[in-house]
Amino acid sequence: MDVNDVPQEGNRTLGVHRKALYAKDADGKMVIVPSRGSEVDETVTMQAVHRLHALAEAARQRVLAGKSAPLEYWMYARRMDVALLSQVSGVWQWRIRRHFNPQRFEQLPPRILARYAEALGMTAAQLKTRP
Amino acid sequence: MNPIATDFQHRHAAHCESGSATNLLTHHGVKLSEAMAFGLSSALSFAYLPFIKLIGFPLIAYRMPPKFILKGMKKPFQADFRFETFRAPEAGMRRLDELLAQGKVVGLQTSVFWLPYFPEDMRFHFNAHNLLVYGKDGDDYLISDPVTDQPQRCASADLQRARFAKGALAPKGLLYYLEGVGRTEVSPEAVRSAIRKTARIMLGPIPFIGVRGIRMLANKVAKLDTSEHSLNYVGHIVRMQEEIGTGGAGFRFIYAAFLQEAALITGNAKLAVLSDRLNEIGDGWRDFALKAARMIKGREAFEPKKLAGMLSTQAEGESEFFRALKTAVA
Repeated sequence: MDVNDVPQEGNRTLGVHRKALYAKDADGKMVIVPSRGSEVDETVTMQAVHRLHALAEAARQRVLAGKSAPLEYWMYARRMDVALLSQVSGVWQWRIRRHFNPQRFEQLPPRILARYAEALGMTAAQLKTRP
Repeated sequence: MNPIATDFQHRHAAHCESGSATNLLTHHGVKLSEAMAFGLSSALSFAYLPFIKLIGFPLIAYRMPPKFILKGMKKPFQADFRFETFRAPEAGMRRLDELLAQGKVVGLQTSVFWLPYFPEDMRFHFNAHNLLVYGKDGDDYLISDPVTDQPQRCASADLQRARFAKGALAPKGLLYYLEGVGRTEVSPEAVRSAIRKTARIMLGPIPFIGVRGIRMLANKVAKLDTSEHSLNYVGHIVRMQEEIGTGGAGFRFIYAAFLQEAALITGNAKLAVLSDRLNEIGDGWRDFALKAARMIKGREAFEPKKLAGMLSTQAEGESEFFRALKTAVA
């Protein structure tokens, strides 16, 4: 890549930051060039963000329809899935799926609820609120 | 008390681990660039690990696993690194304050998701981020995060959360610092042996590592259908290649910069020629990313076979390149 080819079209996912890319300058030497980001990066990052938003939104609809528990919504809202929440909270995946049942979720002992809350970085009371 | 390592210099880098290692060693008087740290630790690689899933997609890495660069710095500089992990978060924070009070610059492994200064859209659950702490001001830690162009600040509660995040690659509060270094310059022999190691890794026999890994990924992409899920899969590959602090083209450009320096240190002109060749290969990776992004945006019909073809070309190019690299330092 040439110094002049370093993308600078801007990538809103970077916010105020710039990222360092390596490119060849006029003397043929490889140097670090700060980049405002490219459309390619923005496209793939936003695609990933949107996919997680869509999962959270679908979960929210299920919760509002009484088919799932707020736990499922908050899990996706924190950009996790069942496998990751299981790793972080130490609760087995099949148990987490069971806890998506609204009635079961209501009856969860405070001890388990606290584990989920800790994993998701929120309070147990927040975790119980409907999204 | 507000301790601060006054003579510490923050330098912007492409990758968090090579950047942290470089800034830390430079602080101790070593003459070192990020590209040299990356090459000297033989960090360049390719790995396609379908059995490790990141929110549904396989792990695709263009470098060796976390901590490989830090450990790779030990021998060439006789660097006396100290690593400490903690069971209790409070103990981990106390130890950090203690080291800062001694005027040390301290490296940390953290999660990206819980760092407030990261842009919202970039915060994913990735636990092997590296940064340096060079001081404290009230409740705020002064942070040199190599992938941001300016130094940052982070409140202690947030930093504690980021250091003790759980899950895959959990940092367990890992902190590291340098007790001292035995060498401050790079030796030609260390450069040659690092290059040999990289060629060995890239041409190795394991089907999902190195050139064979690229071929395996190409085969997988060739079999994709044209669903939304496949588009997400392709986007995921590009994200791992371009977006996760790689300096462009999945670390190929950084390594090209390293080969230029290596040519000067070893006096081997073949390495400078190979640096140019790797630059072209890097451009090939960028073309792949661009093509994929156009398909995701719907500006071009989504044809997985076309993308797979480009990946195969990359595999052939790299196979030939690393063979030539191996002969150049033999």
